[in-house]
Amino acid sequence: MEITPETIEYISTLANLKLKEEEKVQTKKDLEQILEYIGIIQELDTKSIEPLTHIVQQKNVFREDEVKESINREQILKNAPVIKEGCFTVPKAVDA
Amino acid sequence: MDITKVSALQLSKAIRSKELTVKEAVLAQLNEIRKREPLYHCYISILEEQAIKRADEVQKKIEQGEYSNSLLAGVPVAIKDNICTKGIKTTCASHMLSEFCPLYDAEVITRLEAAGCIILGKTNLDEFAMGSTTETSYFGVTKNPNHINYVPGGSSGGSAAAVAGGEAIIALGSDTGGSIRQPSSFCGVVGLKPTYGMVSRYGLIAYASSLDQIGPIGRTVEDCTAILQIIAGKDEKDSTCAVNTVSPSLKAIRQSIQGKRIGLPVEYFEEGLSKEVRIAILKVIEVLKECGANIEEIKLNTSIYGVPAYYILACAEASSNLSRYDGVKYGFRASKYEDLSELYKETRSLGFGTEVKRRLLIGSFVLSSGYYDAYYNKALKAKNILREEFHLAFEKVDLILTPVAPTTAPKLGESLFDPLKMYLGDSYTVPVNLTGLPAISVPCAKDKNNLPIGFQLIGKPFAEQEILQTAYQYERTVQKGEK
Repeated sequence: MEITPETIEYISTLANLKLKEEEKVQTKKDLEQILEYIGIIQELDTKSIEPLTHIVQQKNVFREDEVKESINREQILKNAPVIKEGCFTVPKAVDA
Repeated sequence: MDITKVSALQLSKAIRSKELTVKEAVLAQLNEIRKREPLYHCYISILEEQAIKRADEVQKKIEQGEYSNSLLAGVPVAIKDNICTKGIKTTCASHMLSEFCPLYDAEVITRLEAAGCIILGKTNLDEFAMGSTTETSYFGVTKNPNHINYVPGGSSGGSAAAVAGGEAIIALGSDTGGSIRQPSSFCGVVGLKPTYGMVSRYGLIAYASSLDQIGPIGRTVEDCTAILQIIAGKDEKDSTCAVNTVSPSLKAIRQSIQGKRIGLPVEYFEEGLSKEVRIAILKVIEVLKECGANIEEIKLNTSIYGVPAYYILACAEASSNLSRYDGVKYGFRASKYEDLSELYKETRSLGFGTEVKRRLLIGSFVLSSGYYDAYYNKALKAKNILREEFHLAFEKVDLILTPVAPTTAPKLGESLFDPLKMYLGDSYTVPVNLTGLPAISVPCAKDKNNLPIGFQLIGKPFAEQEILQTAYQYERTVQKGEK
C-alpha cells in the first residue's frame, strides 16, 4: 500500500506528533514496509468469527463503594511541569 | 556464600537461620553491582540508601518472628522501571518520564514488601517496553553479561541481565509480546509470563493493557515459583485480575511429570529457526522423555498471523494509552510552544523516542476511520481464531514446547534499523500474549559465541503449576547429569 503525504499528516495529527521532513520520509518507508507485512492478516478467513476483546471472560466486576485514603492535591502537583495557584497550567485555549 | 550465584530461596533460608544478616546480603549485592554496573548497565536507579535502611527494618522484624511464612524474607529484588514505586523515580526508560516519581506503589511492590523483600533498584528496559533489545532506552543500552558485544534482549533486558550478571538474585519484568521470556532466553535465566489476570497490573505503566502481564525472572524455577506466590492473586484495584487463582507451591512443582503429554507445534520449527536453536530444543525433548513425558507433534496453523495481529493490537492500544503524556499533569514539557495544541505536539515529539513514535503512528493508522475494520477489528478476530486453536490443541496435550526466539541474541546495533526484522523475532512469543496463556522460558544450551538458548513451555490458562513442574523436572534432570 502506498502511504501518501496526506495520510502521514493525518495520522501524525491523530497521534499528536509533529514530524520533521526526514521523519516523514522515514515514516512513509517504515509504514509501507510494516503494513505490507501485517497485511497478510487479510488472508485469514474470519467470516462468522467474532472480534475478541477480553481474553479473560469476566463480567460485572463489582466492589464495595467505600471511601479510602486518596492522594492530595499538593502531592499530585509535585509531578506537574508548570503549576499556578494549585492548578495545572496550560496556554490559553479559548478566546475571550 | 556467593551472592552472584545463590538462589533467592537459599539466601532467605540462610538469613532466617542467622547465617548472615539482611544487611550483609544487601551490602554484598550492592558491592557486586558497583563492580559490574560499568560493564553491563542493568539499572536506571540503584536504591543504595533506601535498601540498606530497609534491610535493618526487615532484620528487626525477622528477629521478632515476622515473615515466618515468607520463603523470600530478606531477599533483595530488582524491579523493571515501568513498575511504579512510591517516591522512587519510575522512568519507563523514556525522556518523557525521566523525572517522574509515582505517588503510589504498584500492587506487586506492596506485596513484595509485605513478604519482607527489599527493593534494590529499577532496571533498564526498552522505552515504554517497546522493543526486543533494550537498545531504545533513553538511558543507554544494557549489555548481555554472557558476551558484552550482544544485546540482552528486551524489553525486560535490564532485569534479565541483572539476574544473569550477578547484579540481582531475582527480578520482576513485564511481558506484552515476549518481554520477560525473550531476554531470559538471551541471558540464560528463567522467566515466567503468568496467565493474563494472574498478577495485578495496578501500578504497571501501561503499554498494551490487554496483553501486559508482570512476572518473575530468576536463576531457578523454584525461585520464580516462590515469588509468583507472593505477587499473584486477586486485587480489587485491577478489575481484570482473576478472582479464583491458586499459585502453585514448591511441593506441587516437585511432582513427577510421568505421562504428561507435551505437544510440538510443527509451525514453530519451520523456516527461520536457526540450526543451533533447533538442535538445542531437540535435546530438551530427549530430557523430557527421560522424565517420563510423552512428546507428540501438533498443529497450530494460524501461528503466522500472530505477529501481524500482535503489532496491530499492541500499537493500537499504545496509541490510546500513551495519549496521557501531554506535558500537563506529569512528565516532560517542551520549552517552546505558542498554543495548547503545539504544547502537546512539541512535548510528545521531543519526549518520545523513535520506536515509540513509530508504534504510535502505526496504532493511529490501524484505528483510523477507513482502516479500523481491515486492521484492528481483523486482528481481534485473528486473536479469537488463535485462542480457539490453542484451546483445541490443549484437548490433545497438557503443554506445548517451542523455542523462545528463532536465534540467539543479536549484536548490539544490529536490530535498530530494521524494525520489521526485530518484530519477526517475536514470532514464538506473541501468540501467548494474544491468547492470555502462561509460558516460561528455561535455559537449555549455549551457542558457539557463548550466548544462551532457552526453550518455552506454554500451558493452559492458569496452569502455572504444570509449566513450573515440567520446567523444574527438566532443570533437576540436567543438573543431575552434570554432577
